[in-house]
Amino acid sequence: MTSVLDQVGLVARRSVRRTLRQPALIVPTIVFPLFLLAVNSSGLSAATDIPGFPASSYLDFAITVCFVQGAMFAAITAGTELATDVQSGFLNRLQLTPLTRLAILIGQMAGATTLALLGAVTYLAVGVIAGVDVKSGVGGAAVLIVYALFTAVAFSGIGATLGARTGSPEAVQGAFPLMFALFFLSSMSMPRELISIDWFRTVATWNPASYLIEGMRSLVITGWDGTALWRGVAIGAGILALSFWSASRALATRMART
Amino acid sequence: MRRDFTTVAGAVLRRNLIHAFTNPALLIPSAVFPLLFFVAFAGGLSNVANVPGFDFPSGYTAFQFVFVFLQSAAFGGVFTGFAAAADFESGFGRRLLLASPRRRGIVAGYVVAAIARWCFTATIVSVAAAIAGMHVDGGVAQLVALVSLALLVNMTATLWGVGMALRFQTLQAGPAMQIPVFLILFMAPVYVPLDLIGGWVHDAASYNPLTALVESGRGFISGVPDVVGLAYLAGFGLVALGLVWALTGLRRAERGV
Repeated sequence: MTSVLDQVGLVARRSVRRTLRQPALIVPTIVFPLFLLAVNSSGLSAATDIPGFPASSYLDFAITVCFVQGAMFAAITAGTELATDVQSGFLNRLQLTPLTRLAILIGQMAGATTLALLGAVTYLAVGVIAGVDVKSGVGGAAVLIVYALFTAVAFSGIGATLGARTGSPEAVQGAFPLMFALFFLSSMSMPRELISIDWFRTVATWNPASYLIEGMRSLVITGWDGTALWRGVAIGAGILALSFWSASRALATRMART
Repeated sequence: MRRDFTTVAGAVLRRNLIHAFTNPALLIPSAVFPLLFFVAFAGGLSNVANVPGFDFPSGYTAFQFVFVFLQSAAFGGVFTGFAAAADFESGFGRRLLLASPRRRGIVAGYVVAAIARWCFTATIVSVAAAIAGMHVDGGVAQLVALVSLALLVNMTATLWGVGMALRFQTLQAGPAMQIPVFLILFMAPVYVPLDLIGGWVHDAASYNPLTALVESGRGFISGVPDVVGLAYLAGFGLVALGLVWALTGLRRAERGV
């Protein structure tokens, strides 16, 4: 009988290989956020002239959006891969083995997490080459990568919940607009205090995604801001706990059905 | 002969509309995406109107509405391209080619279907803009002109998508259909006028044919028409290129029948 860690390793190895063998998955995850960063940082460079704007470069302000988009891609990847395994009957076959549900769940997310790590390192490297000044220094850059990974894992739990519950890759892909909406209705493009439409500012204030983004962003444009960081980490931890709990329940239901 | 053409186009149109409007998984994203962009741009970025040098008389909501309106037209065309790719992937497209006395009617059917689908999305986006309190300073004729520009964008995107679908005959060509459209759209003056864009995007936007359409559309909604001739020249030029692309794709597909 293998330990849970060994079991996780077995499932994770397959998940990582499967993800890294799909250029069609990797290329958009890396290129798309960087393209949007390039366009937005040029298109909105004039926004730094708005009185009270917290950064002198929109590139610095917007770089964290890439990490958030990476987390969204991780969620969709994790969900799609799990749903594909449900649809193809692979999950049924796994049930004939002594693998535990926890090992399957955590192992299945390894591919998405690896993709998120690859993305986060690339975004930061390209950003620094393009002139991003990380105010919290090298230590802050390392924390930023860990933070991005943590966010990606938390969102992967949401993807896994959808994948296990629906068993349909199309349904997981269909949830993408909803996640997009969550981030669009946040302080992603403008600081909350500078959003002039009242209802939008209220929605952004109640939107947990705002705090995730602001925590990450503080490392780049402010330095070490304890308040922004603890708020972001607390929200991330909450999403992580809830998403893994619901993914585990959904997987249990799916496995009981088969 | 002409009747054959309209019969084929009508059949493709009817099939597409039934498929699109009875399938929420297709209908909802095409309506929700432009709304999301509109809310995010016009709401979240409204303070961009206070940037020194930003001078658009009808306000930032109207400024962004025009972009989202044209964007919804472009994506309406791309979504119809997806439908054509799905038709060919399932084998239906091949049967359609065999059964059609006038095959150009197939392309025409997709184009008209895309227009009909976009009308639905355009209505939703326009109602949302009206609810958001958008100022419209242009007259009726200028609004009709704005719609005509959007139709040119819609037709171009549809012809591009259908041309891709006829060549590749698989939905896996979806990203290849979508990404160039996305690139062209976002290489236009999206958030601020061209003069306020910095860096290489300014150069890219200056040569992007869509820039003229976006600027002209903004001129129409604010009642101060701008670069109208250039916009229509770019629009009709893009449609002509799209038509060549789609018809050569059709010829290639015919060889496989």
